[in-house]
Amino acid sequence: MDDREKLNRLRWRCTRRAMLEMDLLLGEFLERVYPTLSPAQADAFVTMADMEDLELWPLVNGNREPDDPVQAEVLALLRNVRVK
Amino acid sequence: MSKLSVPVRKFDAVIVGAGGSGLRAAIQLSEAGLKTAVLSKVFPTRSHTVAAQGGVSASLGNSEEDHWHWHMYDTVKGSDWLGDQDAIEYMCRKAPEVVVELEHFGMPFDRTDEGKIYQRPFGGHMSNFGEKPVRRACAAADRTGHAMLHALYQRNVRANTQFFVEWMALDLIRDQSGQVLGVIALEMETGEVVAFHSKATVFATGGAGRIYYSSTNAFINTGDGLGMAARAGIALEDMEFWQFHPTGVAGAGVLITEGVRGEGGILRNSTNERFMERYAPNAKDLASRDVVSRAMVTEINEGRGCGPNKDFVLLDITHLDPATIMKRLPGIREISIQFAGIDPIKAPIPVVPTCHYQMGGVPTNYKGQVVGDDGAPVRGFYAAGEVACASVHGANRLGTNSLLDLLVFGKASGDTVIDDLRSGEIGLRDLPADFADRTLARLNRLNTQTGGASVNECRLELQRTMQKHCGVFRFKDMLVEGVAKIVEVEKAAAHTEIKDKSQVWNTARVEALELDNLVEVAKATMVSAEARKESRGAHVRDDAPDTPANPNGRDDVNWHKHTLWHREGNRLSYKPVIMKPLSVETIALKTRSY
Ligand SMILES: Cc1cc2nc3c(=O)[nH]c(=O)nc-3n(C[C@H](O)[C@H](O)[C@H](O)COP(=O)(O)OP(=O)(O)OC[C@H]3O[C@@H](n4cnc5c(N)ncnc54)[C@H](O)[C@@H]3O)c2cc1C
Repeated sequence: MDDREKLNRLRWRCTRRAMLEMDLLLGEFLERVYPTLSPAQADAFVTMADMEDLELWPLVNGNREPDDPVQAEVLALLRNVRVK
Repeated sequence: MSKLSVPVRKFDAVIVGAGGSGLRAAIQLSEAGLKTAVLSKVFPTRSHTVAAQGGVSASLGNSEEDHWHWHMYDTVKGSDWLGDQDAIEYMCRKAPEVVVELEHFGMPFDRTDEGKIYQRPFGGHMSNFGEKPVRRACAAADRTGHAMLHALYQRNVRANTQFFVEWMALDLIRDQSGQVLGVIALEMETGEVVAFHSKATVFATGGAGRIYYSSTNAFINTGDGLGMAARAGIALEDMEFWQFHPTGVAGAGVLITEGVRGEGGILRNSTNERFMERYAPNAKDLASRDVVSRAMVTEINEGRGCGPNKDFVLLDITHLDPATIMKRLPGIREISIQFAGIDPIKAPIPVVPTCHYQMGGVPTNYKGQVVGDDGAPVRGFYAAGEVACASVHGANRLGTNSLLDLLVFGKASGDTVIDDLRSGEIGLRDLPADFADRTLARLNRLNTQTGGASVNECRLELQRTMQKHCGVFRFKDMLVEGVAKIVEVEKAAAHTEIKDKSQVWNTARVEALELDNLVEVAKATMVSAEARKESRGAHVRDDAPDTPANPNGRDDVNWHKHTLWHREGNRLSYKPVIMKPLSVETIALKTRSY
């Protein structure tokens, strides 16, 4: 898969989720923050986007912390996203 | 692509949708040994059913005496007598069976001390024909939908259901006689277009809440099943009826629970007035959902909305102790910060009435068969869940009846397919020569269009038009104008242009195809709403007020009937409400008051 294809697949998986909250947050993150991530962080984000919403939501809300340090970096950025 | 190059795959049954209804139907079919394909735009457990938290209703009577007949009464009343009483009886009678079955599939319901399924109270659930509240809602903590979907998915894996994930069904295939022969679908990963040729086709594509600008529904709810059905000449039923929730975050739509007002939250307009005191002097901000929603819209329409466009009101909890907010309303602060950019401890939250649930849909009978204008089943075609209109929700859905609808009619549609196959009513028929023409023409148009409108702008225009002209509170002139506007949107949408013309993972194309479906649903909704000159359930018109002759504006003499919207000619017809239940006496028309 080329980069465009990978990005579009990620876009679909960020914006066609079970919960509206997650569509909005991940969609916003993808447009604004994702392009600025390091390759390792980008990989971590792809892994997180593959999680189910009820796994990811407590992480985003700060009710749980991830084990993986790179995921923690990405999560810190994700928690700062504001959708308006 | 020419139609000669459209590959064909054959199945006994094809189910479009892997939410609660699609997965429940698939279990019946796969366990009966039928070769069953389930198509879904997303991995099954990402379907929108996950978002349901409240619960699923069944008169199990685990906590106190209950009866399906009481559940039936509540549902008929909730529907404002627009629900079909045969389907409602069927659903309420079947409820205990399907809920216990789900438990056997591994659903982790909350339990009582004796180990029975725990049941809690919910708005509109009453015992003894409306006498007093009864505990009827079964839940798995606040993740009922999620747990349900997982239990159903696991059962399907065991039964060897074949899943086609990240596939989008584009159109229904029908032959000359009107029999449905499957669907044409697009695999996102390859861009390949494939015909799923089947003896039976079940639609379980969920709702279309994204036709509104402000919606609690996830982005996936673009009404694809409705669009496909309409394009194939199936009329859509009761599309004017949409349930709204009073407090969605303005813009984002994310739900703010009623609990916020329960804890003392106050609604305010641009003059900082607590306006609910004028509309409901006693209950104030805690008046019922529809009363609060209509008051909010009246404030906005009379120019007392907030913000630069004066298009929302404020939900104020700044007077509450921050400790109370953190303790009693967890998550609300995060939602408000993330989706409104506002810390509710310091400033009020912008809110608007927000679209939540679609009561209308593809007309079916209580067996899950899609029915045509003459009331006869459309051979080979079945539907269940939010896309379908059985009609059990009528003009207004009762909370927790939707998850029940998925289980009961998902199962019923599967069983009916099996019966129809056995009796020879349906079977594999040849595909007509032109089966893929219409779909390929649509794809081809997108591939070659230049200088057309942007998909995003068209969708936004559609959503804003629906919100403004056909929202929670409806006005004659606005509706008339709305019909004209939505026809304009349709024209623009017919010429959308996408810059990306590639095959593999072309999400721009998929979004353009979703827009085609939103357009059909928006037209059906606006046209049906403009025509219905009464208030009933969720359809409330300013020019159909509460009078002694027509309490709550409901006009049974002229409007106790189902709407059918036909895509061809953008026209309407009507059919009677089925008032005769299967075994009990009719629940006669009465004013709906709580
Ligand atoms: C926030 C929220 C809370 C709710 N809470 C409750 C509650 O507590 N109790 C209750 O009873 N109801 C509740 N509801 C309503 C209820 O959740 C839904 O009505 C129900 O889950 C719909 O299920 P479904 O099976 O019809 O469709 P969905 O679960 O929406 O699934 C639709 C499926 O169709 C697929 N699909 C759609 N189009 C296509 C296509 N073109 N090609 C291929 N696949 C396609 C999707 O991928 C998906 O798999 C709630 C709704 C919302 C929005």
